[in-house]
Amino acid sequence: MPSYSARQRKSTIVMALCLMATLIGVVWLFLILFSLLINGLPGLSLATFTEMTPPPGSHAGGLLNAIYGSVVMTIFGVGIGAPIGVLAGTYLAEYGRHSKVTPVIRFINDILLSAPSIIIGLFIYGAVVVPMRSFSAVAGSIALAVIVIPVVVRTTEDMLLLVPNTLREAASALGLPRSYVIRKVTYRAARAGLITGILLAVARVGGETAPLLFTVLSNQFWSANLLKPMANLPVTINNFINNPDANWKHLAWTGALLITVAVLSLNISARFFGASKDGQ
Amino acid sequence: MSTADETMQAIPHVAKQQRARVLLGMALGDKVFALATQVAAYLVLLVLAGIILSLIVGAWPAMKAFGFEFLITRRWAPQLEPEPVLGALAPIYGTLVSSFIAMLIAVPFGLGIAIFLTELCPHRLRKPVRLAIELLAGIPSIIYGMWGFFVLGPFLANYIEPSLVAAFANIPVLNSIFSGEMVSNLSLFNASLILAIMILPFITAIAVDVFSTVPPVLKEAAYGIGCTTWEVVNNVVLPFTRVGVVGGVMLALGRALGETMAVTFIIGNSFKISGSIFAPSTTISAAIASEFAESSGLHQSALILLGLLLFVLTFFVLATARFMLMRLEKRAGA
Repeated sequence: MPSYSARQRKSTIVMALCLMATLIGVVWLFLILFSLLINGLPGLSLATFTEMTPPPGSHAGGLLNAIYGSVVMTIFGVGIGAPIGVLAGTYLAEYGRHSKVTPVIRFINDILLSAPSIIIGLFIYGAVVVPMRSFSAVAGSIALAVIVIPVVVRTTEDMLLLVPNTLREAASALGLPRSYVIRKVTYRAARAGLITGILLAVARVGGETAPLLFTVLSNQFWSANLLKPMANLPVTINNFINNPDANWKHLAWTGALLITVAVLSLNISARFFGASKDGQ
Repeated sequence: MSTADETMQAIPHVAKQQRARVLLGMALGDKVFALATQVAAYLVLLVLAGIILSLIVGAWPAMKAFGFEFLITRRWAPQLEPEPVLGALAPIYGTLVSSFIAMLIAVPFGLGIAIFLTELCPHRLRKPVRLAIELLAGIPSIIYGMWGFFVLGPFLANYIEPSLVAAFANIPVLNSIFSGEMVSNLSLFNASLILAIMILPFITAIAVDVFSTVPPVLKEAAYGIGCTTWEVVNNVVLPFTRVGVVGGVMLALGRALGETMAVTFIIGNSFKISGSIFAPSTTISAAIASEFAESSGLHQSALILLGLLLFVLTFFVLATARFMLMRLEKRAGA
């Protein structure tokens, strides 16, 4: 057996390596944020929010139509996906707690949670775009909804299972039907957790690009028609990066900065929201 | 609670009929709600069935045209006349190799960070460090792609890769893996590094979670007989949490295999298999992302078939990961 000092030295070396790994791991976040600020901030102006995406070769223009499209599709995606997710999570945690199907659904849901998002794009292309014969904002919203559902199912189930059974029993003892117990008692007790889950889902789909590439396509112009291709930030950024036009490159950086700031602040506020509940 | 109070107060005063109606309404609402939750839950299964079905339907023409050959053909020539030649070997190779290199980098770093966070980190720093790592998981993948394309790729190609090439130039085998013939901003290695950064938070988060399931008594006992910190980690923490760590690593692998936007920009989208990791390559998801919108006919069907292959691959990896994590949960519960 090596001497104590040799073992101690080995331990110190390994722990120093762990410290180094942590420093290197933390640095990426700041490097990425730094690049985004340096390249994206100079392009940020009022015009970003008031003007349409420009044609190549011009000097002006903004991202209004892309921002609008992203907001609309995120709202529709979460608006469709979140209620379904909450209901499904309710089934797993309440009605179906002892059902034999529940573990299967939970398992499948966990897999869908990390399934490649481009596969969701292919699925919606085959299931919505081809039958409708057109790329559309509807197809994009459904694709986003499919991504939202597993996220919300998972958090809803987890949060409902944290609610103590005594609360449910007390409400049931008053003679309340089961659905009233769930809606008026369990949901209220788990409210912060449920909202956290939905915020995380918004953050997740806010920057999703792959499932939108061939479901909504994108649009150079303003379009509020949900049945037509609609401009949106991620795909606009994607198209702008692939083009040598300098103005487009600047706009891409600005758009990237906007998305990242929005998504990260949603992430942080979701954590804050979840944590404030724990402290009570 | 208000509904309960109202019901309790209301019942003595209303006529019998009215009471019956209220109760009927409640019973009906109860049934409808229960049914709605059940339908929503089964919808999750339906989504999976829908994905598999639509992929198979879309991929059918390509399956019929190429058969098993698809998996072993290196050539990808969608424009060839009269019949396109399409083979999946290059994207499959790129997918597996880029994920493998990413895991090779991310696993030691992720575990190192988790060990630091659970064993060494002062309490006050624990939360901010964890947050900084976990926020990496929140950054959308297109931002990684963009950053890799404009910042990391050029940096690696100009400063890091030439010295790696020089270092391995005289060592057989390694000098072909680290070949300098094609060093550029777009390469398999650059894509792998971006992937490694992206999956790092997943490995770290799960490793921290499973490390904290180790009963403190076990660690204290080891420290009590004079173990060093590393010996405690190596002989107590890691063996105790092995299943969970492997599950977390598999979960991250599932993510890496299917990652799209980060890879598409930086891997070069070249359907050539090269022994050098500094050569451009492609992955299944990058091929779909860059070609699908302009594809049609057999070409499109072949891309969907690639998607089906990717889905089957990630499904098995993720299923194994979940299975292992479930085993750990069961043990923690028992």
